Amino acid sequence: MAKARGDRFLFWSITPITARRLANFRANRRGVWSLWLFLVLFFASLCAEFIANDKPLAVWYDGALYSPVIKQNAETTFGGEFATTADFTDEILVENVKKKGGWILWPIVPFRHDTQIEDLPVPAPSYPTARNWLGTDDQGRDVVARLIYGFRISVLFGITLTILSTIVGVAAGAVQGYFGGRTDLYFQRFIEIWGSVPQLYLLIILAAVIEPNFWWLLGILLLFSWMGLVGVVRAEFLRARNFDYVRAARALGAPDRTIMVRHVLPNAMVATITFMPFILQGSILSLTALDFLGFGLPPGSASLGEMLKQGKANLHAPWLGISAFMVIAVMLTLLVFIGEAVRDAFDPRKAVIGGVPPEDAIVAAGAAPVPQPAAARESKR
Amino acid sequence: MTGAAPLLEVENLHVAFRTPLGRTQAVKGVSFRVDEGETLALVGESGSGKSVSALSILQLLNYPVASHPAGSIRFRGQELIGASDATMRKIRGNRISMVFQEPITALNPLHTIEKQINEILMVHKGLVASAARTRTLELLDLVGIRDADQRLGAFPHELSGGQRQRVMIAMALANEPDMLIADEPTTAVDVTIQAQILDLMLALQKKLGMAMLLITHDLGVVRKMAPRVAVMRLGEVVEAGDTGEVFENPQHPYTRQLMAAEPGGAPADYDGTAAEIIAADGFRVWYPIKKGVMRRTVDHVKAVDGVSFTIRAGQTVGVVGESGSGKSSLALGILRLISSKGPVVFMGRDIQGLRSKALRPLRRQMQIVFQDPFGSLSPRLTVGEIVGEGLRIHEMGDGPARDAAVVAALDEVGLDPETRHRYPHEFSGGQRQRISIARAMVLKPKLLILDEPTSALDMSVQAQMVELLRGLQREHALAYIFISHDLRVVRAMSHDVIVMRNGLVVEQGSAAQVIEAPKEAYTKALMAAAFELRADTSGVVGV
Repeated sequence: MAKARGDRFLFWSITPITARRLANFRANRRGVWSLWLFLVLFFASLCAEFIANDKPLAVWYDGALYSPVIKQNAETTFGGEFATTADFTDEILVENVKKKGGWILWPIVPFRHDTQIEDLPVPAPSYPTARNWLGTDDQGRDVVARLIYGFRISVLFGITLTILSTIVGVAAGAVQGYFGGRTDLYFQRFIEIWGSVPQLYLLIILAAVIEPNFWWLLGILLLFSWMGLVGVVRAEFLRARNFDYVRAARALGAPDRTIMVRHVLPNAMVATITFMPFILQGSILSLTALDFLGFGLPPGSASLGEMLKQGKANLHAPWLGISAFMVIAVMLTLLVFIGEAVRDAFDPRKAVIGGVPPEDAIVAAGAAPVPQPAAARESKR
Repeated sequence: MTGAAPLLEVENLHVAFRTPLGRTQAVKGVSFRVDEGETLALVGESGSGKSVSALSILQLLNYPVASHPAGSIRFRGQELIGASDATMRKIRGNRISMVFQEPITALNPLHTIEKQINEILMVHKGLVASAARTRTLELLDLVGIRDADQRLGAFPHELSGGQRQRVMIAMALANEPDMLIADEPTTAVDVTIQAQILDLMLALQKKLGMAMLLITHDLGVVRKMAPRVAVMRLGEVVEAGDTGEVFENPQHPYTRQLMAAEPGGAPADYDGTAAEIIAADGFRVWYPIKKGVMRRTVDHVKAVDGVSFTIRAGQTVGVVGESGSGKSSLALGILRLISSKGPVVFMGRDIQGLRSKALRPLRRQMQIVFQDPFGSLSPRLTVGEIVGEGLRIHEMGDGPARDAAVVAALDEVGLDPETRHRYPHEFSGGQRQRISIARAMVLKPKLLILDEPTSALDMSVQAQMVELLRGLQREHALAYIFISHDLRVVRAMSHDVIVMRNGLVVEQGSAAQVIEAPKEAYTKALMAAAFELRADTSGVVGV
């Protein structure tokens, strides 16, 4: 349906409520800055292969341009002897390229998270140098590269887990709250039992049987993390199913699914979206914790938790623990700040800044005791 | 009335609120005076600034969001605007006290009423606990709470609405104030209780000789209570004077409009041989009470117990009763939105026990309009989407045809079709109620259930709503079930009336007979309270 008027955000036309929330979000400067910083870091880490890699971004050799980051070439392409993948840390190969008048463009950090650096000045873990800005870990791998990849996998894992557990949690909460009665009763009891299963021991047992990878961990954590949202969503649905406009929709003959999605879910989304940054933060933290305990991602993966573990094992190499700690602290702090701004944005009592319906504003200021229709209506029921 | 200095004098009072969009003037130059022992009524619709004016007297507004750019309020010659907190504390609840509309929110739910009344006495009068208790008992006795000594330990939720309002009055009177400000003191209680509370306030005023400032939107209350009235509109007093004079001979056009706004007239006659739309026989809505570990049903709350009626096309049946009488349960039960028992024959087919799939096509024909114009529209959908939802669900017509139907429905209820692109919060209560009606009408129903459709609206809007509903009924030969506690509106709408109490039918018959010549004692008390604001003395109505 065409909109005669209304606000716009990017390409979507939005309701005035949404416009007010956006205004509230923007009013929290710390939250806005955190969001931008987080987005920049996140998108940068998505391009980790172009920032930290042991393959050059571009090679000019014999009148042709190669990009080993994207497409691997055999050593023979560059005048080598073996048909193996070209290794640009090999000095002979670099010489070959130079001889033909070519050049090599390296990424800012010329190591991948799993590149083992062999010519270290001291035995690994080596201290920070101009080459390894934050030193190397106890297997001679560059710390900066590991942090970049670790940040990426943490955030991706967190976001995936958050989205999946939100979907499952909202669906479960919606069904319980909307139908109530026995459905609700049995579901609640199931959640109580399920919630008291000791997660950590289950993980340890599972880790003994299978080798956990990204998807395994995601699945196992999802088994338990979906319960976080059920409570709030269920409460919202319980409350909303007796709203007059929900009753009106039922009187119109709307099927349950339509009512749940179209009329009640938008109410529950407020609580859900408010919680999401905090769930994301919790998800990242649980992955880090598992890695730290050694039940997380397989050995060799870039992982912030594993970095912390190394820091603990190598107290004489403080750059390990400190760097990992700083990255985790900054990431979680940014998420908390974003979460606070989101919470402000959805807080109906928050005094509003600019572009607001006036009636709301007066109520928000608590200055309009004029009529109390709501109270009067309630008691007439 | 002249001569001695007035007790309270309000002169050129202005109140402004600071909002993000700038300053709004809620009160613009209001002046009135109240003499010793006199009652003045401030009348006006919602948003007219009457409550804000009253709260300014006690300086209870949310300062500094609110401010007084000009004006003065003098109590016994003492200026109250800008008075220090210490001064105001000596006046509030002591010299001037206040009774609010909603006693349940004005009383602290965690303290017994004894504690709450004692506190006032101890703070202002410095009484010790035992003396305060004696005085509290006296006060409760004064406001007509029976067995006051047993009620002392009660918490607010254990009292009925009428009793709570009595407790509020007792608290207000605790320090024998010179003036009582009553802000819509009876809006939240049932009509029979309203009559009792008003009688009580009149008697107490005479006994204690205090002045009263009564704020209300109900002209009947003004007529009964106040010899002088000031009519407010948009923050200004448009007319003031002796109540009799103002009512008989209103000068200002707005006052005239307000006087004419009381819903009146009668519904158009219906064809007694028209098709039966709906018939219920011994209709029951029982809520089970479950007890014990096994949650066995031990008893039922009989919300509706044995209601029978027949409604033909073009006929309105009014359902009258006080809160808790089962009116709304009846509406929801008939529509099969809550479970019920007893046959309901709709358009020749018993819908009791039909599965929800089988019921869906019938839902088109039976629609409901709810009381609360703010809660019954989803805030996140446009008006067009709200009105068109029924068409979508019942797959009636394609896109353009649906849009045309929505336009026609909005037009029919007197709204500009362009409103379909806007959101509900942009509309006033009356307009929203029109949107609700359009949502029902777009499906061309045969039966429309109206659950207190006018209760949340201002008087003048109520009259318009009654006009609209009567017009729609004439046009489409609609059958109405009209539920209301407001007997004036019911009289203006209904052919037949059912009087309900505690889920049972007290009296049933044609509107003329039930309203003009009631047979049952309860109906008589109800009519007296509603039309003459006369309290019942026979004891049929509880306190």
